[in-house]
Amino acid sequence: MAEQIIFYILAAVIAIFSVLAVTSKHIIRSATYLLFVLLATAGLYLLLGYNYLFAVQIAVYAGGVMVLFIFAILLTNRPGDNLKQEYPAKRIVAGLTSIAGLAFCAHIIYYNVSKVYSTIAQSDLTPQQIGHTMLGTDKFQYLLPFEAISILLLACIIGAIMIARKR
Amino acid sequence: MGDLLTSFLSGPVPLEAYLGLSLIMFFAGIYGFLSRKSLLMILISIELMLNAADINFVVFNRYLYPSHLEGFYFALFTIAIAACETAVAIAIIINIYRNLSNVDVENINEMKE
Repeated sequence: MAEQIIFYILAAVIAIFSVLAVTSKHIIRSATYLLFVLLATAGLYLLLGYNYLFAVQIAVYAGGVMVLFIFAILLTNRPGDNLKQEYPAKRIVAGLTSIAGLAFCAHIIYYNVSKVYSTIAQSDLTPQQIGHTMLGTDKFQYLLPFEAISILLLACIIGAIMIARKR
Repeated sequence: MGDLLTSFLSGPVPLEAYLGLSLIMFFAGIYGFLSRKSLLMILISIELMLNAADINFVVFNRYLYPSHLEGFYFALFTIAIAACETAVAIAIIINIYRNLSNVDVENINEMKE
């Protein structure tokens, strides 16, 4: 009961603010609405019982990525000018495309997904389990992707500095 | 009315509700991607779409295979890759702004000289 009420509050927050984020006139407001969406998503992860993912979402998305976004907006936007949008015809086409896709996928989900799952088996996720899975080399363990991500992060740091520095 | 509300709210949250939520988020991202000119707005739309995909991974993991962790780790690595992608994209956008003094997509073809 409580879980359902919390879920529907978070769902309303996500739906409203994700639509507002892409239709707002000012880009800094869009970034703020995106921040609300990301925080509500972190709430969903907590509701599903994945506390570690909740912490990562808050730290990486709501912390790091949003700070990057806000810095970039303040660096590239003159105060006072509004966002340019595409021509009205292209915007109508974009709206129709997204509404058609939404209706199609919603139809598929509504008529097919309930056949797939039956019950929900709850199982607790311990930090030991997360650590063993992340740093093991057996089947269903993820040391290799973890190291690949670390190399990717290093490459991103170097690449971002090389691209953005003054010549 | 009260009985209806109680029966609607009893039991666990259905899987379809989570999927519908991420669907709304994903197509809001697609609308923003197609209808905006600023590169930063396009990047915000991409973040929305990636976040919707993350929710799907986590929810399928929790509802269909609660004893495994595949979806959990996919979401984790997706978050890391999205952070990388945002950092590089914002570096490129700042560089474009330095050369063209705006960040609209229609002016990018001026970059080639």
